[in-house]
Amino acid sequence: MSEVTGGVEMEEETGGTVKKFMFVNRKAPYGTIYALEALEVVLISAAFDQDVSLVFLDDGVYQLKKGQHTKAVDMKNFSPTYRALEGYDIDKLYVEKESLEQRGLTPDDLVVDVQVLSADEISKLMAEQDVVLSF
Amino acid sequence: MKFGILVNEGPFQHQASDTAYHFVKAALEKGHEVHRVFFYHDGVNNSNKLSEPQQDDRNIVQRWSKLAQEHGIDLVVCVAAALRRGIKDEILAPGFRISGLGQLVESGIQADRLVVFGD
Repeated sequence: MSEVTGGVEMEEETGGTVKKFMFVNRKAPYGTIYALEALEVVLISAAFDQDVSLVFLDDGVYQLKKGQHTKAVDMKNFSPTYRALEGYDIDKLYVEKESLEQRGLTPDDLVVDVQVLSADEISKLMAEQDVVLSF
Repeated sequence: MKFGILVNEGPFQHQASDTAYHFVKAALEKGHEVHRVFFYHDGVNNSNKLSEPQQDDRNIVQRWSKLAQEHGIDLVVCVAAALRRGIKDEILAPGFRISGLGQLVESGIQADRLVVFGD
């Protein structure tokens, strides 16, 4: 069993198939564990050499917000991990324009460089995916 | 068609596990293949054999075990999510196994469709 690939011997199991994986992040970073555990799947998927993209919409856009101070709620601030994604060759990060605007945010408020797309554009992108995982 | 299933919610608290179960049953009855059900987030609690619902209620954990036994479905519980919720081999119901998140990604690669059940 391999630590990095989460219990899968990759060569024999996946046979070099590359699929389009999209992770849809819809929840605020704290309050529930969805955002944190979604990020754990994203990091594992990097080891499989798949075509990975991330979408942030609804309260999920708050996951990327700069200046998260979590000490008072005794939770780990995991927002720096999004900045590390590039090192895993995960650089397709999309944020829904409407969600951003509804929350009074701009791309400058976010910890990483993202591509801002409209809901229509995101739905087109979604339709092109092989696997859509929504958290 | 070959399906992979992801269950993201715990039993009883949320209907996701029920819906996933009925989806898997219906898919099998139609002659489709379900190669793996992956349990993540609070979904890992679906594997707890200590679960003891009231007599007149459905037994969600046993129901999954039975389905796995009858149809040879791989029931995989995420190790990281399981450990932080106290799910360990000692309390794992028959048919479930604990493994890594790679099993979920692999399921996405191998299945024709990966269907997610949760909020």
